[in-house]
Amino acid sequence: MARYAMVIDTTKCVGCMDCVVACKTENNVPEGFNRDWITYETIGKFPTLHMEIRSERCNHCDNPPCVYTCPTGASHISDIGGIVLVDYQKCIGCKACIAACPYDARFVHPDGYVSKCTFCEHRIVQGLDPACVASCPTHCMYFGDLEDPNSEVKKLLNSRKYRVLNPETGTKPQIYYLI
Amino acid sequence: MNEVVITRHNNLIDPTLSIWGWEIPVYLFLGGLVGGMMLISGYFILTGRTKNTLCSCYRIPIIGIFAISLGMFLLFLDLEHKLYVWNLYLNFMWKSPMSWGAWILIIIYPILLLNITLRLPENVGIKLPKLNEISLKIQRNPFITKLIGALSMVFGGLLGAYTAILLSNFSARPAWNSPMLWTLFITSGLSSAAALVHLVGKDPEERHLLAKADNGFLIAEIIIIILMIIGFVSSSQVHIDAARLILSGPFAASFWVFVVFIGIIIPFIIQIFSVNNKIPHTNIAPIMVLFGGLILRFIVVYAGQYSQWPRNVFINF
Repeated sequence: MARYAMVIDTTKCVGCMDCVVACKTENNVPEGFNRDWITYETIGKFPTLHMEIRSERCNHCDNPPCVYTCPTGASHISDIGGIVLVDYQKCIGCKACIAACPYDARFVHPDGYVSKCTFCEHRIVQGLDPACVASCPTHCMYFGDLEDPNSEVKKLLNSRKYRVLNPETGTKPQIYYLI
Repeated sequence: MNEVVITRHNNLIDPTLSIWGWEIPVYLFLGGLVGGMMLISGYFILTGRTKNTLCSCYRIPIIGIFAISLGMFLLFLDLEHKLYVWNLYLNFMWKSPMSWGAWILIIIYPILLLNITLRLPENVGIKLPKLNEISLKIQRNPFITKLIGALSMVFGGLLGAYTAILLSNFSARPAWNSPMLWTLFITSGLSSAAALVHLVGKDPEERHLLAKADNGFLIAEIIIIILMIIGFVSSSQVHIDAARLILSGPFAASFWVFVVFIGIIIPFIIQIFSVNNKIPHTNIAPIMVLFGGLILRFIVVYAGQYSQWPRNVFINF
């Protein structure tokens, strides 16, 4: 069974926000909300400062607390590559999944249900990359199947140093940041 | 310097989580209160206090039904996708405390109704003679009476504990993520219930007993609060930061003034005097206990939402 994941090269990301705009356009994300966003992190003491820019979104965790806490089964792990999705017809808007997510990746859609990144499920079933990956001008984002040893994401993780966000929360996130 | 700037500004999420407003703390308070009341009522039934017609165990379930219904209404008010609420009862998600809670709330109703039938209010008995007959049969059967008491205690305990387990389950919110939280909520629920029954009780001996019991609950509550804080400050950095919220952070003043002093210490001192017959029993102490219990829920719910895992993860410099 496929396990979809995203690999983001932080050494290439320039924070142009094309991924954010592409996501909003592709998924009709309402005004004032974001399914993905840019984080700028600066560390050090002037003049020896270092900056990392990264594109963040739902981590489609292998051990997703949002799914476990959902009282209706609306939040679920999809058969399509193990991605985490929300069934809008089942969601009651209790917001427990939002509280459970350590990445604050979810939000309440103005229509009442909880919304978040879907890895552009409608595109990947057609063999396309998610909109953010397809639109990145620096090609710093990669999407693919970790179960496939020949996939680009698998090769990158085998050859480059990487990390995930807040691994101490035990969620086993599936967005990998190359460093 | 380690500075993090993010471009996201989602409503109710940024800059800090604020998904749950006043409805949830009030609901949690009412849930804990009814859980505590059911524990007290069950205890009174099991210890044979039903022979006393003034026993609070006859009034508790009536108040309990109204309180839990109000709580469930507030829970419904908080939902963002209200028309889909029925989905809650189409599934049982065993890993979800909220799913457990939804079913516990449903089971609570028949138990409270059974408790009411132990002695129907006079006007109800006259209007519904068949129900009155059932009530008389239950009264004559000590096994069923005890069973109602036991069920009341078990499900009262489950209701009181669930309201906190719901929160402590969220490991993403360090201020909630304490194994002590359910003991705090159940003790606070018992304390609030004892205070309310003390307020509405008609039997002076029973009121005296409840004031004594409440003092015990208040001592237990303060010990649990201290243990919780010790647990937090001796844990990881995120938990130390969570403890700071009530030790020196934005919730410190309201926590120590409203919860600890007004909700625990002052009523404890008043009730120490009243149970030792130095002063007559007064309504002010139980009102303060109820107020403290309510504010505790507000502070726990808001502080939990305020606390989060760090966003600064740049560790390779």
